[in-house]
Amino acid sequence: MAERGGVREGLRAYRMIAGMWVRSGMTYRVSFVVTLLGNLVMTGLDFVGILLMFSQVDSLAGWSLPEVAFLYAASVTSFGLAHLAAGSMTQLGSRIRDGSFDVLLVRPVPVLAQVGGDRFSLRRFGRVAQGGVVLGWALVAADVDWTVSKALLVPLMVVSGAAIFMAVFVAGAAFQIYAQDAAEVQNAFTYGGTTMLQYPPAVFGKDLVRGVTFVLPLAFVNWVPAAHVLGRPYPLALPGWAAFASPLVAAGCCALAGLAWRTGLRSYRSVGS
Amino acid sequence: MYLAVAVRGFRRYASYRAATAAGVFTNTVFGLILVYTYLALWDERPDLGGYDQAQAVTYVWLGQCLFAALALQGGGVEAELMERIRTGEIAVDLYRPADLQLWWLAGDLGRAVFQLLGRGVVPFLVGGLFFPTALPSRFDTWAWFAVALALAAVVSFAIRYLMALSVFWLLDGTGVSQVMMILGAFFSGMVLPLNVFPGGFGDVARALPWAAQLQVPADVLMGETAVAGAFAFQAVWAVVLLAAGRLVQSAATRRVVVQGG
Repeated sequence: MAERGGVREGLRAYRMIAGMWVRSGMTYRVSFVVTLLGNLVMTGLDFVGILLMFSQVDSLAGWSLPEVAFLYAASVTSFGLAHLAAGSMTQLGSRIRDGSFDVLLVRPVPVLAQVGGDRFSLRRFGRVAQGGVVLGWALVAADVDWTVSKALLVPLMVVSGAAIFMAVFVAGAAFQIYAQDAAEVQNAFTYGGTTMLQYPPAVFGKDLVRGVTFVLPLAFVNWVPAAHVLGRPYPLALPGWAAFASPLVAAGCCALAGLAWRTGLRSYRSVGS
Repeated sequence: MYLAVAVRGFRRYASYRAATAAGVFTNTVFGLILVYTYLALWDERPDLGGYDQAQAVTYVWLGQCLFAALALQGGGVEAELMERIRTGEIAVDLYRPADLQLWWLAGDLGRAVFQLLGRGVVPFLVGGLFFPTALPSRFDTWAWFAVALALAAVVSFAIRYLMALSVFWLLDGTGVSQVMMILGAFFSGMVLPLNVFPGGFGDVARALPWAAQLQVPADVLMGETAVAGAFAFQAVWAVVLLAAGRLVQSAATRRVVVQGG
């Protein structure tokens, strides 16, 4: 019971902190609109890169443009949602270095909620919007033999993918408690992960695909469910039900990330500044 | 004196050891992802953009090697410069008996040398060890490459300095940094080599100053371009941009009102 109360309290605190940052961000409306648009353009450049590639070739590792666009959009939308909710976690290291992390620890509010809501910004919605638009186009343009289960799998995939990326953000934040100056390692897994998932699994070496399936299960963000939707062979010849395993994988990742976060927090030592 | 400033720039960045190690890791991971993507692309179209597979791979690792050193998406001394303009600390810099532009150029070159050695060399070596690359064996090609790199560093600084000065009018550097990131990622050829860009769009992209930072040094290293033409291209952009920086700087410093306090 205490646990459930803690989660509710955490979510409430998160909403309040995020809301405060949204109000503060809205103070300069023009600046907000400009940065939102900037975010849209910046994240869209990856897709322009893919379009440029397809101006030179008809397929990439046997996947057509709409199919690659589907992978791209699923990865970007999931990542965008996770980044919207928990992107501030990357800045934990700088909070530890300047000592302001200690202030969060003494407040009677769950620390994870404070770190997650810290500097919450709606301009990050640009990535979600851009991913959503490409996803819509890809769903129409790709040659999909639609069934009810496939139609349900698409939203399930996006939400589970967001939860998996969120777990990576939290685990990365826990790692930053140990290695205070290493925010970039986290970037390798978050930004690197979403970049990798934009391309067909067949592009990458077998060992790399194994790694992101069984060790850090990013493959369940989009590769495995997308293989089912598009009627493509599953990576690593996984069984058919694996396409629907994303929510389970996401739950497992979140549990492990929570554990890592608690362990990290317990071992935290202030830098004393 | 400017040498001392450069050494100071080198030392300052050298003190962030964990951050440097983390950067090496990130650049290596991104290099791996890009290499696999490019190999798939060149499988589909061998000789795309005039490169063979080994050259495409070399291009990827060179990009990861130069990303931090040339601050291709920003993140060099211009971040600090913008902050100093915003807070007004720039007034102190103006009273120094040193040239403002040369002062910051020296600091940025020191930073670039450190990040080339600290962050760039390892991903480049990893790439060379595990993938077939197209590195020259002749000593003089490497020497020309070093010259191209030096010119690239100056062009890179000149672009960022010019953009940072706009904060004198805008008062906030967030938007400028974002524009710099967008243009830098795309037109320096980090997303895709510029010689793969199709048609007239490609011609424009290859004529812009960002091409002087990654595309031109890469082509010099792999013997894909005439050295003299490459240097001329870089030098012209360096001179034009530095001169523009001077003009804007003198307009900006006339605007500065030093308030007491």
